[in-house]
Amino acid sequence: MIAVEQLSVRAGDFCIDGISFEVPTGEHGVLMGKTGCGKTTILEAICGLKEVVSGRITLMGRDVTRLRAGERGIGFVPQDGALFATMTVRQQLAFGPKVQGWGKKEIEQRVPELAEELGIEDILERKPFGLSGGERQRVALGRALAVRPKIICLDEPLSALDEETHEGMVELIRSVVKEHGITALHITHSRREADLIADKEFFLEDGKLVQGRVE
Amino acid sequence: MKLTLFTCTVTALLSVMVALPIGYLLSRYDFRGKALIDAVLDIPIVLPPLVVGLSLLILFNKMPPWEWLGIDGPSFEEMFGKIFGPFMPEGMDAGITYKVPAVILAQFTVAAAFAVRTMRNTFDQISPRAEQVALTLGCNRAQAFIRVVVPEAWRGVSTAGTLAWTRAMGEFGPILVFAGTIRGRTEVLSSSVFLEISIGNLEGAVIVSLMMVSIAVVVLIAVRMWGRESRKKFVL
Repeated sequence: MIAVEQLSVRAGDFCIDGISFEVPTGEHGVLMGKTGCGKTTILEAICGLKEVVSGRITLMGRDVTRLRAGERGIGFVPQDGALFATMTVRQQLAFGPKVQGWGKKEIEQRVPELAEELGIEDILERKPFGLSGGERQRVALGRALAVRPKIICLDEPLSALDEETHEGMVELIRSVVKEHGITALHITHSRREADLIADKEFFLEDGKLVQGRVE
Repeated sequence: MKLTLFTCTVTALLSVMVALPIGYLLSRYDFRGKALIDAVLDIPIVLPPLVVGLSLLILFNKMPPWEWLGIDGPSFEEMFGKIFGPFMPEGMDAGITYKVPAVILAQFTVAAAFAVRTMRNTFDQISPRAEQVALTLGCNRAQAFIRVVVPEAWRGVSTAGTLAWTRAMGEFGPILVFAGTIRGRTEVLSSSVFLEISIGNLEGAVIVSLMMVSIAVVVLIAVRMWGRESRKKFVL
């Protein structure tokens, strides 16, 4: 479960105050709102990339408010994928497990398994330059999932995709998240995307978070 | 010639080593005094070269920073001698002024400022997102910097190194004041040009100048070619 209580975060002159919401375990929460309203700031605070001024963030029952990003066990998929430009797709998928000290055999087993699940076996030896938008997002998703996180945060992961690729990716994210029992927090501007993927919807407006249910 | 290659290479390496963390710090973090540091880094670029040399001469010999605070203590020159003196071969002392370390320091003062500027621009152009992803995957700041940022900044590093190297080769004013132009001891190519002119040997000065131009062109071509090769590897 992702639980945020009375969260206050400051990013330069921008500040959001008193944000509270919960995404139950195994569910897909979608956070919507106008550009610049602070959605990404909230997501970054949950991931440990923005310092929290006050409030509490609890992930799977563990208070992580003061933990550093790498100790929170979150997979993070940013808007543009933010792939590591000098690494092959194989190296990107192996990056997290390697940093976390997995054994060589375990990594060699995990990378092809993940590549097959995400349909990126054919591009394992390629570098990010020249990959299509859909391929980039699959790699970014795979890199985040490689260490088997219980929670995943996606920051407008499908905003740059064409309609056909978009639908395929929505289906892929939905199935991967459900299959592995992952709790997800997903930012999007697309009403349609939210309807397709959300178990819970939240709207951020004028610094206030309002919860809505998918009809 | 040997001394020029040696001092320029040491200067370029030192400049890159200093420029990497400072450029990164200035690019990624906001902190109190950042504007001041930024301005201080430009001082060696905007000051007249002879003044840079004079400043170094005073700093290392006459007026160590602690003296401004009214504290008595050895100068940098004396400290350097005490630390490295015992390790020097027979007949050589471990001084700075009017010796090879002064040549390197004089070159470094200006070259490092250019290298820092280059590295800062490089880091400004690299999105911090990939680094943030690395942090969520378990890296600490240093690991994210070494594993993700430095490989992406590699072309900037080579540009900063080349710029520092060529800049060091062309440095003259600070060397003249701080290291002197002692034939066979602190004589680098730029000071050779000056020495040849001062004895009226214009032909010799032109030959040394042409050597400097050739070396600069070779270094630039080599780095460009190497950059192109590494870009191919980067893309494929």
